[in-house]
Amino acid sequence: MSQTSANMNDLKKNIPDELDKHLLNDFQYGFPLEPRPFKKIAERLGTTEDVVIDRLNELQDQGTVSRVGAVFRANSIGASTLAAMSVPEKKIEGVAAMVSDYSEVNHNYLREHHFNLWFVVTASDEQALNVVLDDIEHRSGLPVMYLPMQEDFHIDLGFDLKWT
Amino acid sequence: MDMKVQHRHPPLPEQVILGERDQALITLIQTGLPLSKTPYADLGRSLGMDEEEVISRLKNLIDDKVIKRFGVVVRHHELGYRANAMVVWDIPDDIISDLGSCLGQFDFVTLCYRRPRRLPEWPYNLFTMIHGQDRDDVLENVQLLVESCGLNEIGHKVLFSTRRFKQRGAIYRKTEMTD
Repeated sequence: MSQTSANMNDLKKNIPDELDKHLLNDFQYGFPLEPRPFKKIAERLGTTEDVVIDRLNELQDQGTVSRVGAVFRANSIGASTLAAMSVPEKKIEGVAAMVSDYSEVNHNYLREHHFNLWFVVTASDEQALNVVLDDIEHRSGLPVMYLPMQEDFHIDLGFDLKWT
Repeated sequence: MDMKVQHRHPPLPEQVILGERDQALITLIQTGLPLSKTPYADLGRSLGMDEEEVISRLKNLIDDKVIKRFGVVVRHHELGYRANAMVVWDIPDDIISDLGSCLGQFDFVTLCYRRPRRLPEWPYNLFTMIHGQDRDDVLENVQLLVESCGLNEIGHKVLFSTRRFKQRGAIYRKTEMTD
């Protein structure tokens, strides 16, 4: 238990301890597909199922873990596209907020370029996707550049976190 | 200029046709597994599936590459990777597959997609997402890519993100059932 309270203190400072590091790094792919996956993870990390579940809950609350689950291949289910707009500086707040407001928009970033607003729209099918894109064009009065994925070259094995 | 007609081509890649039970499972897991002792059984309960069926369906979705990766999904920014850049490349069509495969194998490249050019305003056809602890770290990674994949002659642009307005997992299908 004393180990747990030390861990709690580290978490408050958002500094991952050894167990956190393994949880964050070692199970980004190949997550156990068996009835008690967290027990399996606990066995590999030399701890208990309860500790693993508690810790993942904390990491999720903290925001370092987005979720434990699936990353879907783009367009393998539903339809999605990257989209970009060139938004005048003084309109950026309003347009960005309007874009973020769609439940179909899951990423929305300001980037350093003439095309400064970049977002990803995902919907159940192409028709539903187009409705959102049209709506954004219509409401903003600005053209939207659509850049759907044509080929995926990435082998997703997660991201090797380097602790410094 | 009619941006829409110009920009909606080419059509999106074909979607995988999934059965109703797979669709229902996907709808439920897109926000993540429940963090319980028996997450697959718990998922199954609200779907009318037993644990075994949930697990075997997930395995099939992984084998069929509908699910690209199954595991802990981290947020880079919260873990100290404060800088991220979309690095875009203008690669001749006949060598894009080779160079795309080269770029896609680096762990700091978290996305590597071919997308259409939109001439004249957008000449770039390969998109990589590159994370780093700071801007210099990202730029070093870009340099490493240029050297490793022989991209000295290839035009590229580094688009650092300066603000994140929204980031979450995609919701492909809105949940119709709430329990």
